[in-house]
Amino acid sequence: MATPTHSIHDVAVIGGGLVGSAIAYGLRDRVQKIAVLDEGDVALRASRGNFGLIWLQSKGYGMGEYSRWTFHSVRQWPRFAAQLQDETGIDVALEQKGGLTPLMGDYETEARLAWMQRLTAQPAVEPYEWKLLDHRQAADLVPGLGKDVTAAIWTPHDGIVNPLKLLRALHTTFHRGGVSYLPHHGVEKIEQIAGVFHLTTPQGTIRAQKIVLAAGLRNQALSEQVNLLLPMAPQRGQIIVLERTRRLLETPMITLRQNDEGSWLVGDSQEDAGYADHVVTLPVLATLADRAVRTLPALKEVRAVRAWSALRVKARDGFPVYEQSATHPGAFVATCHSGVTLAATHALTLAPMIAAGALSAELAPFSTRRFHVQTT
Amino acid sequence: MFRRLDASDGAPAPRTVRITVDGAALDCRDGDSVAAALFAAGITACRDTAVSGVKRGPFCMMGVCYDCLVGIDGRANQQACMTKVREGMAVQRQIGAREVPI
Amino acid sequence: MSSPGPMPNCDLLVIGAGPAGLAAATCAAELGLDTVLIDEQPAPGGQIYRAIGSTPVQDRAILGADYWHGLDLLEPFRRCSTRYIAGAMVWAVNRLEDGKFEVAYTTTADHQAHLLLARHVTLATGAQERPFPIPGWTLPGVITAGAAQILLKTSGVVPEGTTVLAGGGPLLYLLAWQYLNAGVKIHSILQTTPPGQWRHALPHAWGFLRSPYLGKGMKLLSAVRAAVPIVTGVTAIEALPGPGTGQLAELRYSAGGKTRTLAVDQLLLHQGVVPNTNLSRAIGADHAWSDRQDCWEPAVDAFGATSLPQLTIAGDGAGIVGAVAAEHRGRLAALHAAASLGHIDSKARDRAAAPHRAALARAARGREFFETLYRAAPALRRPVGDTIVCRCEEVTAEQVRQAARMGCQGPNQMKAFLRCGMGPCQGRFCGLTVTELIADEQGRHPRDVGYYRIRFPIKPVTLGEIATLPQTDESRSAVVRFKK
Repeated sequence: MATPTHSIHDVAVIGGGLVGSAIAYGLRDRVQKIAVLDEGDVALRASRGNFGLIWLQSKGYGMGEYSRWTFHSVRQWPRFAAQLQDETGIDVALEQKGGLTPLMGDYETEARLAWMQRLTAQPAVEPYEWKLLDHRQAADLVPGLGKDVTAAIWTPHDGIVNPLKLLRALHTTFHRGGVSYLPHHGVEKIEQIAGVFHLTTPQGTIRAQKIVLAAGLRNQALSEQVNLLLPMAPQRGQIIVLERTRRLLETPMITLRQNDEGSWLVGDSQEDAGYADHVVTLPVLATLADRAVRTLPALKEVRAVRAWSALRVKARDGFPVYEQSATHPGAFVATCHSGVTLAATHALTLAPMIAAGALSAELAPFSTRRFHVQTT
Repeated sequence: MFRRLDASDGAPAPRTVRITVDGAALDCRDGDSVAAALFAAGITACRDTAVSGVKRGPFCMMGVCYDCLVGIDGRANQQACMTKVREGMAVQRQIGAREVPI
Repeated sequence: MSSPGPMPNCDLLVIGAGPAGLAAATCAAELGLDTVLIDEQPAPGGQIYRAIGSTPVQDRAILGADYWHGLDLLEPFRRCSTRYIAGAMVWAVNRLEDGKFEVAYTTTADHQAHLLLARHVTLATGAQERPFPIPGWTLPGVITAGAAQILLKTSGVVPEGTTVLAGGGPLLYLLAWQYLNAGVKIHSILQTTPPGQWRHALPHAWGFLRSPYLGKGMKLLSAVRAAVPIVTGVTAIEALPGPGTGQLAELRYSAGGKTRTLAVDQLLLHQGVVPNTNLSRAIGADHAWSDRQDCWEPAVDAFGATSLPQLTIAGDGAGIVGAVAAEHRGRLAALHAAASLGHIDSKARDRAAAPHRAALARAARGREFFETLYRAAPALRRPVGDTIVCRCEEVTAEQVRQAARMGCQGPNQMKAFLRCGMGPCQGRFCGLTVTELIADEQGRHPRDVGYYRIRFPIKPVTLGEIATLPQTDESRSAVVRFKK
């Protein structure tokens, strides 16, 4: 543990998941005393429930700036991964060889193609290479591709990383100094007194000059305390994990990928199920499995070793939120559901902005002001 | 090493079943699990792990440890302790991670 | 590809065909409940009465009278009207909106998935051996005492050469006694229960003295002591491979300040049994840490009712009480199921329950004494260094301890960091150890540390099998989201 908890930290990051940890990591070069406040073992921990994709092609429909921000992060990932490996020895298994959205039949193909064309035509999008592949071209990238996959959208910019190794690497950098990692310090109350933030937790009060709200699903309640109205909508996703096999798949798909250790992830559902992240449901598992078997029939015999569900951290419109509170200067909010994809830019671009005390103009579209349009 | 107890007096003579293990013929008893047949034949290691390639064999004999994984009739990663031997069954040691049969 | 026609259903589904399950299913059928008993083994008996209907070891003196008592359960079961599905592995038990349980299982012979609806479910999935993580416990040549006993019961297969038994607990001595009866030579028993432990057990001795176990237990122990060298106060054991073989060749142990090494062919490990809680956890029943037994138990009342409606747990799966107590618990659970389903009223249930409660009390007498006497030594529950903790993912004790020192909040974060608990055994052989290691490193109590979150499938099942289950419009639209 670096700084004694009774002193005043320079920055306290609320949330030790992928967003909070990446930001804390990025702050270290510019800020001295950093604390990361985390909850317990069975909180709503979205960072343990994700697919590990570093994904561009599905982002930004309805907000071109999100596609641009994502592309920025995708290009920073190699540097970010190399830095983590140098510092911790942990190889987060970054692979950026391209990725696919598999499509079954004409309806899906026409729908997705039109969607991609509209997405990439948005003015704020930075253009990037992508193509519609036919079955044969997709099968060159996916050995054993099922005949039901008649087309696919491909871009060279998509990839994968091992999200658990990523979180572990980030936490390892804390342990090496500069960042106090404080588990079981769920924040109940935020107050700003004479410019200093007082964070009430079950283990006592933590004080800091600046705070970053990166508490995932708890950000809505916490943001209210610094006068930022952040409407969130938890969305459940279920995933099936298959046993390790010899490495077969090098090109990840948005619904099926194989990780560096050989196990497979089959996904994913989008459900309105409130906060019930402790159950998996049989019909959804059946649909996920059915779709996966049609995508890669040889997986029929491979065993599912577990299934899990997790709640996506989503603002109401699905896009990230970055803002500094006007009434509580020094309080920043950072919320997104692509904590993996955006980890690089959170560490290398967003964290320096927070250290400097102001978010740049390019992040203006991500402020909560966009939710207020209806009320005026 | 393991051996079979002599049959009790009055117990019916057990039926012999012939399986193959990595291609080599092995005679065992009707009612044996594949794991029991392997132990009786002096085989205690049935796989190399997918993680590091070290040897493992059946450990709990009740289906909870998943260390007794072998290939059975072309299906990879089957629990030897939960599968009864059958005439002509082909058992393969499970060497490392299984293949995806594309 | 799901089966046509209405889904099979029943009043009561009993999962597990050990003594609790057999007794529950028989009693329930006699009460008029439409009952199904499902079990993953090909024949009934669970583990304690494994192969009771088919064992080649027909000389009853070898396995002993307690084992053969299993026939007294088997025969009434075979005669009752319960539908019995053998060789079937339950992997999900989901509660539907109308309160019924939707149960998914796979028949292992043909690898087919099936669904069954039940109004009440009784879990009788019993116990497993407590993890015994010593250096080298993953080497071929090292198996559990329970595994050795299963080899004996199911196939009459016994060890030869130099065989050492290590640990403590009634099963270890029972096995030794059965081996002696069968003419199997045992090199020695390395007893790891701390020598002074009988002093802690003494306050419970009154219950033990009045228990049915006293006479049998003493006879068994003295027979074993007379025939097998026993080393007491063993504080450390290591299983060592032969050069380049990757298999057990030697054993090193410490006792009384001295260390000895010997060449060995088999090492049989046992330090007690603990309830199987994966299914009860995945269904969502409440669990609590038992300080006396150093393990997790589901929270149940005197009838085995859990924190969830229409879900009961009988037998060792509710807390270790032994085979005879298990059957009485099974009958109590069946009575409770019948009352919960409205077949009998609670007065009739309580009247019928009285003799079973009395029998249960008698059968449970003396357990506290045993539990305290044979409590597994902390050092052998909380390994250090390169000792493997998670067998499936090959995670070591030092890796877990280091992550705990770095502030890892609990077993689920530990799982995410190190992959322990992510293998096919789903934490069955590492969960308790991980909980205890975090407790050890962080100075916390295991009950505060918690356990892995368990979800379905509670045993690995193929993707193809999952794909054959029914889908709904909702599930399809949740997954396939392309829209024009």
